[in-house]
Formats: sequence, C-alpha cells, structure tokens
Amino acid sequence: MALLEVRNLAVEFTSSRGRFRAVDGVDVTIDSGDVLCIVGESGSGKSVSMLAAMGLIAWPGKVTADVLRFDGTDLLSLTPAQRRKVVGKDIAMVFQEPMTSLNPCYPVGWQIAEALRAHHAVPSSKVRDRVVELLDHVGIPDPGRRMNNFPHQMSGGMNQRVMIAMAISCNPRLLIADEPTTALDVTIQKQILDLLVDLQKKHGMALVLITHDMGVVAETAHRVQVMYAGQMVEEAATETLFAAPRHPYTAALLDALPERAMGRARLPTIPGVVPGIDDRPTGCLFNPRCGLADALCSSTAPGLSGEVGARARCHRPLGGAA
Amino acid sequence: MLRYLLRRIMLIIPTFVGVTLLSFTLIHLVPGDPIEARVGERGIAPERLAQLRAEMGYDQPMWKQFLDYERQVVSGDLGLSTVTHQPVWHEFLSLFPATIELSVCAVSFAVLIGIPLGMIAALRRGTAFDFGLMGASVTGASMPIFWWGLMMILVFSVSLGWTPVSGRVSDMYFVEPWSGFMLLDCWWSDDEGACRSAASHLILPTIVLGTIPLANFARMTRSSMLEVLGEDYVRTARAKGLSDVRVNVVHALRNALIPVATVIGLSIGGLLGGAILTETIFAWPGVGHWIIESIQARDYPVLQGGTLLIAIIVIGVNLGVDVMYSVLNPRIRR
Amino acid sequence: MSGTLTTGARLGAFWRSFAENRGAVFGLLLMVVLIVVAALADVLALHSPIEQYRDHFLTPPVWEADGMWRFPLGTDDVGRDMLSRLINGARLSLMIGFSVVAAALLTGTTLGLTAAFVGGAVDTLIMRMVDVILVFPSLLLAIVVVAILGPGMFNAMLAVAVVTLPGYIRLSRASALVELNRDYVTATRAAGASTLRLMFDTVLPNCMAPLIVHATLGFSTAILDAAALGFLGLGAQPPTPEWGTMLAGALQYYQRAWWVLAFPGFAILVTVLGFNLFGDGLRDALDPKLKR
Repeated sequence: MALLEVRNLAVEFTSSRGRFRAVDGVDVTIDSGDVLCIVGESGSGKSVSMLAAMGLIAWPGKVTADVLRFDGTDLLSLTPAQRRKVVGKDIAMVFQEPMTSLNPCYPVGWQIAEALRAHHAVPSSKVRDRVVELLDHVGIPDPGRRMNNFPHQMSGGMNQRVMIAMAISCNPRLLIADEPTTALDVTIQKQILDLLVDLQKKHGMALVLITHDMGVVAETAHRVQVMYAGQMVEEAATETLFAAPRHPYTAALLDALPERAMGRARLPTIPGVVPGIDDRPTGCLFNPRCGLADALCSSTAPGLSGEVGARARCHRPLGGAA
Repeated sequence: MLRYLLRRIMLIIPTFVGVTLLSFTLIHLVPGDPIEARVGERGIAPERLAQLRAEMGYDQPMWKQFLDYERQVVSGDLGLSTVTHQPVWHEFLSLFPATIELSVCAVSFAVLIGIPLGMIAALRRGTAFDFGLMGASVTGASMPIFWWGLMMILVFSVSLGWTPVSGRVSDMYFVEPWSGFMLLDCWWSDDEGACRSAASHLILPTIVLGTIPLANFARMTRSSMLEVLGEDYVRTARAKGLSDVRVNVVHALRNALIPVATVIGLSIGGLLGGAILTETIFAWPGVGHWIIESIQARDYPVLQGGTLLIAIIVIGVNLGVDVMYSVLNPRIRR
Repeated sequence: MSGTLTTGARLGAFWRSFAENRGAVFGLLLMVVLIVVAALADVLALHSPIEQYRDHFLTPPVWEADGMWRFPLGTDDVGRDMLSRLINGARLSLMIGFSVVAAALLTGTTLGLTAAFVGGAVDTLIMRMVDVILVFPSLLLAIVVVAILGPGMFNAMLAVAVVTLPGYIRLSRASALVELNRDYVTATRAAGASTLRLMFDTVLPNCMAPLIVHATLGFSTAILDAAALGFLGLGAQPPTPEWGTMLAGALQYYQRAWWVLAFPGFAILVTVLGFNLFGDGLRDALDPKLKR
C-alpha cells in the first residue's frame, strides 16, 4: 500500500472574476523511502497540490479528489481535529521562504518545542533536550544558545535548517519540501538539499521535493512528476525521464538545462508563458507553446496515457505512441 | 536596550522645553497681566502695582521670565491656585487618581472587548457579524461622547434607575482616601456596600470614555489581523497541526497586536481629552473637571499648571509605549 | 480628446472602486443630504432659529401626547423651534468644518512643504513644534487656547484649526519627501523651475491623495471638537443654533424634556458618521494598497 495516494486532485478558487482551477487532475503516489520530485514553472500548481494534501488550503479554496489517502486513512473524511493529529506529525512540510515562515515573535527553539508539545512527541521534561538534539541534527552550531535566537537574528540558511528541524521533530513519515532552496544563496542551496536527502535516508521517510530546477531533480529524485498549468503532464522514473522524455514540455525543460545546451550558441528557451486565469487555451494547455502541436492538440484536451508511474498527457508523445 | 532608552530620554528634553515654552506663551497671551487679572475690578494703586510686579518678576525681560518659569517647573513649583490658595501641584496630586482610575477602567474596557471583537470579525470576514461590528465601530468612533454620556444617564440612570448619575461613591459611605483610587480604598475599608457603590458609579463613565477607543481598537485589530492571517508563519503554524485557537491567538493575534499596541498607546492623549468631557458630565472629581472649573474661575495658575502636568504625563506615557513596543516586537529589540 | 477620455475612464474606475464600499456610498448620501439641508436652510426652516414662542416652552415632538405640527420636533426651554434650530445648525457645522479644514490644510501644507524643501534648521524647528503640539491632548489644548483668547465661535474654530495642524504638516512633509526623490522632480529642477513652482506646481499635486483623505476625516474631527467646545460653553454662544451649544443649554431640562437633548447630539453623530464613512471609502478607493 502506498503511503500517500492521491487520485484526480483538483483545487478551485472562487473570486469575483469567477472560478479558477489552480490544480486539476493530479495523481500522486509515494511509498516510504521514496523521493519524488514535482517540477514545473512558477504558477504551475505544484505547491498548491501539496498544500491541498496537507489540508492547508484556506477558504475560498476548494479541494476535491477521488482518492486522498495517507497510510490507508482517507484525509478528506477526517474532522479538522483528527486531521491535525496527522498533519505536523506524520506529514510535515518545509516552505520556500525561511525568513517569513518562522514567527518573528518567538525564539526558534520555542517554535520547535511547540510542535513537539502539540503532538506529545516527547515527555515535557525532555522537550528542551530534544530541541537541542534536533538543532544539532540539522547542523546548527551551538544549538543550546541558538535555540534562544529570534528568526531575524539568523541567516536564511540557518532559518531553513530550523524549519527542517521543526518538520522532522515528530519523526514524520512523509516530508514535503516546497522549493526549500529557492530563497537561499547558491552556496547554501546544496547544503540544504544534501541535508534533506541525508535525513530522508537516515529516517526512511518519504520525501516530496517541489522544485523548478531540473538539476536538483537529477541529483535527488527517484521519480519525477512534471506539472504544467495545474495539470500533471508527465510522470516517470528519473533516469527514464532524463533519457527519453515523452511530453514535449518535459523535453523543452531538459533542453533548457545549461549542461545539455553545451556547444550551442544560445540557451534554448520555451517561447510564451504559462497560461493564467483568463487565457486558458482550448485543447492541450501546452499547445500554443508546443512545436509539435497540430489540429487535434488545439481542439481536444489529451488524457494521461501509459501505465501508472510512466504516463504522459499528450496526443503526440515523443518516442512513438504510448 | 539601555542605550536606546537613554537616547529616547534625551529626545524628550527639547519636547519638554517646547511644552513649557508653549504653556508660558499661552498664559502671556491673556489680555492684561496676571496681577491686574487677580486684582480685578477693585483697582490698585500704581505704586503698589509696580511693587508687586517687581516682586513677582514681571518687570524682567521675557526670556528671563521664561528661564525663571523653567526653573520653577523643574523644581516642582507650579504656583498657587488663585481660588483655593493651595499649591497647584498638591491639588493635581489629590485629583489625579480619580482620573487615572477612570482612564484605566475605560482602556481596560476598550481593550478587553475591542480586541477580541476585532479578531473575531477578521476571522469571519465578510459575514453579517463582520459588517455589523464594522458599522458599529465606525459609529462609535464618530460619537460625540458628551452627548453619549447624557443619553446613557437618561436611559440607565433616569429611566431605568440602574446606575447613579454622578460622583464616585454614594454620600452614604465615608471612605478613608488612602490611595485616592476609590475602588481600592473601598476594598481596604472592607465595606461591601461602599465597594458596590463605587463600582456602580464607575460603570457609565467607563463605557462613555471607552467607546471611542473601543471602536478604534476593534477596527485596528481587525485590519491588522487580516494582514497577519496571510503571513507565511501562520501557514507554518497550521502545518504543525496546532489547534485553530492556538494558530489564531498565539501566532496570528500576537503579531497583529504589535500595531494595535501603538494605537493603544497613542490613544492615551485623546483619552485624557475625553476624560475632560466625561468628568464634566458625570461630575467626576478628577483633573479634567478641575481644569474646566479653573477656566470658569479664571484660575490661570491651575489652568497653566494642570495643562503642563497633563502634557508631561503624556510624554511619559509615550516613552512607556515606546519601551513596551520594543518588548512586544523582538525585531526592533537591541 | 484622449486626455478627457482617460480622465473620464479614471473617474469611472475610481467610482466603481468607491461604490463597492456600501458604507462609503451611505456616507456620501448623508453628506449630500446635509449639504442640501444647509444650503436650503432658509426655505426648509419653518421658523427663525432664534425666535422665542413664549406660549410654547418645551413643547414635545409631534408624536408625543402634547406635540403639535407647528413644531415637528418640539421646542426648547425658551420656546424656539427645535427643527429650525437643527437645520440652521447644519449650516453652521458645515461652515465650521469647512473653515477649520481649509485653514489647517492651507497652513499645514505650506509648513509641511517648507519643512521638506528647506530642510535643516527650519525643518527641525517645524517638526519640533509639531511634536510639542502633539504632546497635548488636542481637546485640552483647544480648551486652553479658547480659555485664553476668550470664548466664541471664531476663537473655537481657530483653536481647533491649531490643534489639527500637526496632521497636515506631517502628512504633506512625508509625501513631499517621497516625491522629492522621484526622477520627475529632478528633471523639473534640472529644467530650471523655481523652488516655489516646484513645491506647489510639481510636488503638491502628486501628494494630494492622502491630504484629501485626511481633510475629509478632518471635517469630522473639526465638527466634533467645535461641538465639544460649544458644549463646554467655550464655543459658539447662545442663541447661536450650534449643536454643541444647544446641548449645553439643554442640560438642566434633560429629565423633563429628552428631545432638547437627544436631537442636537444625534445630528452631530450623523454628520460626523457621514464624513467618516465617506473619508474611509475615499481612502480605500484612492489607496488600493490599504484595501483588503
């Protein structure tokens, strides 16, 4: 049985301008010990789908799914109180902006201790020791002193380590990291990624890594899902995806990698932008930007084809028909 | 922190000099000089007038008079009331507790009701509760409190007879004025009836004086809370699996209160202004009442000294607010 | 041609954003009614506001037992028609609000812009003065000023204008300092515009929005404070039908005749509420950043 199983997830926002589907038809399957990367441009719905799985979509957002199960429990049918027993304990999340994701009014150690207390992870007498241990574990020097610091007294990289310590404090079985390195200096990014992968291996957690960086995917992921405009357009094992992408969008993303563009005069780019609320094309959402699009692509929306775990949402997949 | 406090205190000095200069100037704008004003219609021999002037230093150049005044103020000498011949400073001290008692009750009333209401409105934004509360609070903020007080007396004291009309405690009770705070004095005197009487005398003035601050705190809390609820750290708190109450109060409200605290601090000045009206309506024997009476009696030393003391208190309160702000907001702590 | 079109379009967009706020539209409605009443006071008022009908002391409003249509809202202690006094009071209140705001706006903006443009000792002096005024509770300072200048409507207006000055000074100085760092000011300066021209012609129009909002809300402060002074016997003197003064005169009769007390204060409340609602709406519409 999969640890997290999501089928046909959709998230809709209603505003004065009408309804907008931020996420549509997303499937996710992840087992313990797995590392899954979700890639896509900004606005492709990759964060929203994971926030929805955590139950963090606030009103007026609306979440629907055929299946949304964690370890056999249907998350959608849980009461808020029951859900809170899972969220933060068995599923934890690390966010993109470490500087704003920690509460500026409390010392960082207090904020970790709060998570421990909320889930009774350790006896109250042991909370302080556990906080020090966690901070040490994520590589914060002098944790006994640092735990009394406020977030504004620490660097972005240090704050992200605190966020990670907080996320792993209750030994979660699934850790979701939403672009955990985007807001950090390039030199720090690698350290944080290594830390995450390291922790994942040590604890045997499942890790969902949301990123827009194909380089990160190549280094860390076992499996990859590519998102475009709120839809999952391709899923595959990492080696397969890099060796033989099937969706033209995946191929374009890979072509845009500097390593692959060696010897060319210019780095290839994908023309156009991800469609927004008002400019959804008919047919395949990618067709206006796709070099292979034909009449079918601009009239009919393609479904996912292939087996679960190796599918593409395309009428004209690369490397032959699915 | 200490250095910040010191710098902040240094900044007070020019304001203090400015305040004394203003109070000095205002009194010198009174037509005629103070001696003539005091002598009034009876008239006085010119030699005697000149002698008095010299005695009191009114023949000196203005800047010298100001320096003398400044020296007196710093040494705590604010002159004598022309009506009671008591030192202004003593009269102020004996009346000020009544004003503090009323103001503290009004602010507590406004804080304890306004902040929770503002928070609930923010959490339920767009609902009937939200609209109703915002409508009520803009009405409250527009309230002419001198009329509001009279209407309350008309309804609750005259028609329903629930509350007394004026004063601090019923004449039936004699309470030894230990602290000047009627509630505390009644408490210590161990007289239950007096306690009850003092509390019932406080109800209407508290509501009247607290109305405008209540409206402002509720509005401010709501908008500040709405801003904070969109912050990343609130989402983090939810992601930890904390209860809604804990997320909304410990994480969101704690941050939302930082700007609200400033508004509370800044409202103290307006509150003392409102206390003048409230004390006048309810015959509350405080500083505001005293100042209005001094105007009617042309008691200029009281007017000047009382105003100056209130200004000095506001300076002190502002300093306290700054310190409190730095305690509340770790980001500006040094 | 295109200029008028864009102005029209901008006004339209402004109105749509303003009209979204139902409270603001209600405030505007209250203001319009008030202005019409004030303008037509001579026509609408059935009686002179100061004429005393000696046979009709404290006549109750028409719906009470002894009420009569001749005095729809009753009469006061010396037999003057309440409604006529209230209508004339609207004219007075608007006049007070307008004069105070105009005086404070003109003086305050000039001082604020001067502080921003001249800088140095002048800036320090003006801003210190602002600090000193702000230390006094505004009503207290107004009371002291009137106590010294002598009671009366003009002195009350002057006092209220003085105590509301700091807001305008701070606001205009702050917005001018922001504008001064913009490229268009540098460009105008480079083109050889004089400082005075730069101040009033180039920078001022660009910091108008917050000043307009502050001035609208200042109307309510002015009306409220002037009425408070009237109530304390320091503002307009009887028989002037100023609402605060009317309340002061009614104090002795409040147990016998609630109407002499209820109506003037209610009129103040409605007027102040109208300006506050309108001002809030204006702020939201002019400054989308503050809107939620």
